[in-house]
Amino acid sequence: MIMDCNCIEPPPGDELLTKYQYISDFFIALAYFSIPLELIYFVKKSAVFPYRWVLVQFGAFIVLCGATHLINLWTFTVHSKTVAVVMTTAKVLTAVVSCATALLLVHIIPDLLSVKTRELFLKNKAAELDREMGLIRTQEETGRHVRMLTHEIRSTLDRHTILKTTLVELGRTLALEECALWMPTRTGLELQLSYTLRQQNPVGYTVPIHLPVINQVFSTNRAVKISPNCPVARLRPQAGKYMPGEVVAVRVPLLNLSNFQIYDWPGVSSSYALMVLMLPSGSARQWHLYELELVEVVADQVAVALSHAAILEESMRARDQLLEQNGALDRARREAETAIHARNDFLSVMNHEMRTPMHAVIALSSLLQETELTPEQRLMVETILKSSNLLVTLINDVLDLSRLEDGSLQLDAATFNLHSVFKEVVNLIKPVASVKKLSLTLHLAPDLPVYAIGDEKRLMQTILNVVGNAVKFSKEGGVSIIAFVAKVESFRDARIPDFIPVLNDNQFYLRVQVKDSGSGINPQDIPTLFTKFAQTQSPTARNSGGNGLGLAICKRFVNLMEGHIWIDSEGIGKGCTATFIVKLGLPDRSNESKAPFVHKILGNHGPTNFAGLKVLFLDDNGVSRTVTKGVLVHLGCDVTTASSSEECLRVVSHEHKVIFMDVCSGIEGYDLVERIHQKFTKRQDRPLIVALTGNTNKVTKETCVRVGMDGLILKPVSVDKMRGVLSELLEHRVLFETI
Amino acid sequence: MTMDVLQLQRQLRELQASMHQEGFIDDQFTQLQRLQDDSSPDFVKEVVTMYFDDSEKLIDNMKKILTQAPVDFKQVDAYVHQYKGSSASIGAARIKNICMKFRNCCENQDHEGCWRLLQQLQNEYSALKGHLMYLFRLEQELRSAGVKIPSLE
Repeated sequence: MIMDCNCIEPPPGDELLTKYQYISDFFIALAYFSIPLELIYFVKKSAVFPYRWVLVQFGAFIVLCGATHLINLWTFTVHSKTVAVVMTTAKVLTAVVSCATALLLVHIIPDLLSVKTRELFLKNKAAELDREMGLIRTQEETGRHVRMLTHEIRSTLDRHTILKTTLVELGRTLALEECALWMPTRTGLELQLSYTLRQQNPVGYTVPIHLPVINQVFSTNRAVKISPNCPVARLRPQAGKYMPGEVVAVRVPLLNLSNFQIYDWPGVSSSYALMVLMLPSGSARQWHLYELELVEVVADQVAVALSHAAILEESMRARDQLLEQNGALDRARREAETAIHARNDFLSVMNHEMRTPMHAVIALSSLLQETELTPEQRLMVETILKSSNLLVTLINDVLDLSRLEDGSLQLDAATFNLHSVFKEVVNLIKPVASVKKLSLTLHLAPDLPVYAIGDEKRLMQTILNVVGNAVKFSKEGGVSIIAFVAKVESFRDARIPDFIPVLNDNQFYLRVQVKDSGSGINPQDIPTLFTKFAQTQSPTARNSGGNGLGLAICKRFVNLMEGHIWIDSEGIGKGCTATFIVKLGLPDRSNESKAPFVHKILGNHGPTNFAGLKVLFLDDNGVSRTVTKGVLVHLGCDVTTASSSEECLRVVSHEHKVIFMDVCSGIEGYDLVERIHQKFTKRQDRPLIVALTGNTNKVTKETCVRVGMDGLILKPVSVDKMRGVLSELLEHRVLFETI
Repeated sequence: MTMDVLQLQRQLRELQASMHQEGFIDDQFTQLQRLQDDSSPDFVKEVVTMYFDDSEKLIDNMKKILTQAPVDFKQVDAYVHQYKGSSASIGAARIKNICMKFRNCCENQDHEGCWRLLQQLQNEYSALKGHLMYLFRLEQELRSAGVKIPSLE
């Protein structure tokens, strides 16, 4: 059946055209079929493709178009209705799908396009981030450099090393062409080129400090860009065609130690150095902000490092100074010691050398006085005697004073009659006073003890000196001496501020006031009175006949007696009062009735009756033996005598408390001591061994001490002496008489 | 009788005073006298007698050695030393002084000097003995008259 088909029939005769159409359709169909295949294949390959549905649609569209074209192939010839139906179906489907795809594409294509733009945008961003990363890395590098630089700078305390290191490191870090440091000169008016990076020997350029560009840099603590043409930047000859690189300058505060204030720094720094940094010429590099910051940081660090270096220098200098001073002091001390030794040697030699002739002169003059002389001759001899006595006194004074100063003088301590000391002084002075028609009065307080313990000789010397001065410097009127026991309250005296009286029960303070009506003293001169050899300057004052030593010696004696001495005067012509206080001991009650001892045995606390005390006496001389035995028997001792060492050893027993041994005779007493010590090993059983000798030399005494004797006494021994010896021995178990 | 006693006492005192002054005796002798008391009434006399015996013995010995040759000066010195000790003990001052000089001569081995001093010793000793014997006689007389012997102050 021939159907009406709406297919287009090719115009008859165009067989070729039909053929071409046929082929084209075929290929189109082929393409249409293969494109989706390709699409599917590639989409399958790719991991991400968000528009699958679109693809499917697109695929379907293409497939159907292909199908249409394929089916078109059959329509070139007469075809059946089935073909027509299929064709129609295909076409309808194709139409539907195409429209659907077209509609869908309207949505999708803008999306696809925007994906593209986003991609571009992200790529740009990535490139930017890359750039930033590069920058940060560079900065970190730089930071590391700064740290290293700071470390280098701070690791040394040497100024030069610090500065050199700074320049080197900065040059390296920032890749500078040149880096220079200008320091202020001593005058402070110029800046001198001190260090450069590339040039080995800076020529010593200076520029005046008050250039405007320099002021500009100094006025801020930031790094400042300056012109490459300014004087501080023109360090190298122009390198030719290239543009000089940019130059930056920054100030470096310098610390002057004179204004080193820890809290004000660095604001008040008075001087700055200038650091100039030049970028390589022709590189078109620019100074970045972070580079400027780096430069500022470095400048600060350098300032700190320099300040440390300065402090170190200063302390080294101070230490050197101290060492020098120490050396000088050491030398001075050694010189002083040598001088003191020399003086002591001199004194000891001169003392002896001076005294010997003086004694000869005095002795012979006294002898001469005893002979027959004419009145003239007598006067001459008296003058000679008086002068030599004065000289001897002076020599003694000087020696005493030097011994006092060395501290080698020690006061004696013995019981003496205090009242009689004063009376004797008055007796000595009375003739002089009466010649000058001066009255001399002595008043002893009723509570003043009669006997006291102290150094009688030196106390008398002191009183004599003071009273003598009073008489010497009075022309009229009188001198009064008052002595009394000082009460503790009277010590709150303004003149003796540091005086703290310390007393125990058997001590007292003696206070003596000597008032005269003489020429007085200028209150200004009073402090120098007690200085040795110091004479007052005023002509009417006390410098006639004095050797300047008397009061100095008195003061030292008074000090040794733990006291104080001072002089008051209202002024010239108003007289003066000399006062001194000294500490003296009080003797025991039992002593006041006895006469003082002549020998150097102090006090007397022991029994005076040695009833039954067993004593052994060894002497080979019969007469001496009998005499000494008599003395001991008289004192109540139970005496055994021996005439030889053997007999002594035979007879001695632990009952004997004391063995007296005469060592002048030929007995080998020293050996005997050893044997007795061996016989009595226990100390309390052993008798005390005392040597008797008429030999007054030190060797004997030393030998006795060395062999272990407990005592030594000199012959002859009186009853009283023996009594004292025994009591001392029994109390102290040792007695070595001073030879 | 009383007059005699007073006279005796005066004589005794004067004798003692002059002996002291001339240096025959010194303080040591006074000490000896003080030791004499009721428990030992003849103490001084005993000691002095012992001394006389000792002196004579020593002087004889010294003489013997000095006449021998060669002279043993060391031995002489020993004797002199002993004599000096005894003399010092009783207070015979002059004899003691001579002994000291004698020792020097012995050290210098001065035979002439020693001999001379020995003579001096003998003379001194005789003189002292005479004085002391007289002293004791006076004391004895006073004691028999019932008077206690005062010691020289």
